[in-house]
Amino acid sequence: MGNAVQAVVAIAIGVGGVVALFWVLNAVVERLPKRQEELLKPYVFVGPAIAVVGLFLLYPAILTIWFSFQTRVGTPAQEFTLDNYVYLFTDSRLHSALINNLLWIIVVPTVAVAIGLLVAVLSDRLKPTSEKIAKSLIFMPMAISFVGASTIWLFIYAWRPPEVEQFGLLAALAGLIGDPPATPILQMSDFRLNSFALMAVVIWMQAGFAMVLLSAAIKNVPEDTIEAARIDGASEVQIFWRVTVPQIKSTIVVVTTTILILVLKIFDVPRVMTSGDFDTNVIANIFYDQAFTFGDRGRASVVVVALIVMTLPFMYLNIKRFREQEAQR
Amino acid sequence: MTATTSAPDSQEAVGATRPAPSSDVGPGASWFARISLVIVCFLFTVPTLGLLISSFRPREDIITSGWWTVVTGGNFSLDNYQAVLDVGMGPSFVNSLAVAVPATVIPILAAAFAAYAFAWMDFKGRELLFVLFVGLLVVPLQVAFVPLTQFFNNVGITNDFLKLWLAHTGFGMPLAVYILRNYIGSLPREVIESAQVDGASHFMTFWRLIIPLSVPALAAYAIFQFLWTWNDYLVALIFMTSGQEVVTITLAELVGSRGQDWHLLTAGAFISMAVPLIVFFGLQRFFVRGLTAGSVKG
Repeated sequence: MGNAVQAVVAIAIGVGGVVALFWVLNAVVERLPKRQEELLKPYVFVGPAIAVVGLFLLYPAILTIWFSFQTRVGTPAQEFTLDNYVYLFTDSRLHSALINNLLWIIVVPTVAVAIGLLVAVLSDRLKPTSEKIAKSLIFMPMAISFVGASTIWLFIYAWRPPEVEQFGLLAALAGLIGDPPATPILQMSDFRLNSFALMAVVIWMQAGFAMVLLSAAIKNVPEDTIEAARIDGASEVQIFWRVTVPQIKSTIVVVTTTILILVLKIFDVPRVMTSGDFDTNVIANIFYDQAFTFGDRGRASVVVVALIVMTLPFMYLNIKRFREQEAQR
Repeated sequence: MTATTSAPDSQEAVGATRPAPSSDVGPGASWFARISLVIVCFLFTVPTLGLLISSFRPREDIITSGWWTVVTGGNFSLDNYQAVLDVGMGPSFVNSLAVAVPATVIPILAAAFAAYAFAWMDFKGRELLFVLFVGLLVVPLQVAFVPLTQFFNNVGITNDFLKLWLAHTGFGMPLAVYILRNYIGSLPREVIESAQVDGASHFMTFWRLIIPLSVPALAAYAIFQFLWTWNDYLVALIFMTSGQEVVTITLAELVGSRGQDWHLLTAGAFISMAVPLIVFFGLQRFFVRGLTAGSVKG
């Protein structure tokens, strides 16, 4: 129970500390002359948020770019070098991982959005209670951690030698149809089949997220546009593609890019399920190994620089969209 | 975009439905729709169900027969849960709480103050600073790990909890500021101005007025951030260095070192999922709102 007491104390310190910080800062500023108080107070309010973002995101980002041009720690002097960039562009393990990441960002957002859209459209026609149950079931995996989800799917992919009874669902089903598989699916690297098995986990988790947002968008499609198409004799399928989809396009884009950014940095699932072996490695796992297994700061940093470059378009789009929203306010 | 977080807008929750279409023209649910949905729901539920059933089966049974054989009967007990608590899942569960609660409260409070200033106070650089937060929404967390490890070493911060609170606060801050500023900025101007006419300071206005009025947005973000920190694996893996563990770390280690001990893995996975599932089923409406608003997170 000492552990629990320690935890309660830790929680109290953490929560109390931040309240005290703002109280003290505010008390100090309120003692200043009125003019200075007015001038300084906004910065007391935004200060802590800016400080942590600066310290924990902005400053590290700059340092990471700087590190990517340095020789590895442990060499006599931290000299300027382009070796890390040579590594980035020539290392075959890294390129194999990049191919996987490319497959991930193509397959996972597409399939998750497709399933989410299907469920959103079909459940929209059910009675409210059935709709709620159906959506909850699809949505539930979203609450689980990647590690928990990986464990669940490892159990499905569990494999035993063909002569004994299979307790993994996939191998058992395969045994029903034909011969039981000779190797576990997570070791089948032909056509990167095992990577697709890992992607299934994340699709399973993200389809519910896509469904929730798309369902909300579908319910906002004006009923009269659909009625009008129906009166004109359009089939349900035509109505879906020609009337509904164009009106929820912006949501489809947001959901797709959100999942895309998530899988760009996918780490937990390959780490827990295969450790990146059997050609399933991804760049976030290479980053982790370079930084914390091999201690090569330069190579780890150059991998992050590649990640930053890949997210720049989305950063630009977010800021652009924000400015458009502000203009409408 | 769909990240509508303004106050008057009540987000569509999972259960929200629009009024049924008038019966003479509405297509209703065809058999095709019903059957497809039942199949999809079944496929999505089976993985979790299989693990849940197995977690109650005796160690030997799990690995000698498929969990689906329980339809013809089998033995069930809580032994697996006792066993996995004994190999470290118990302390990890407490540690996860000690990480996740402050790592949720700290960024919320700091972000709410900042959001109030961004929405209702005039100061130099306001627009530019806020754009900074918007830009940082998608920055990959990986940028921070190597520099932060060095920083914590240099400054002498060795407490795992403190490191994790600070890291999660930094990583969660852009989204928190973004969501809360959108919400607080959409509160009616008259309410805030009338408080100031009555002589309330910004600090008083914030505590007495803004916080109570912003409960829906605060709750939505709190649930989002709590699940995020509870479910986090990577940040804990990097910053927990003194031998303490959270549930995700313990579970991942069990997978790595005792991958054949399915009686431990199944029960361990469920202990790690218990809190998120309670939050999910209990507060689904808020959770959905948090996700909707958070759909820009990087």
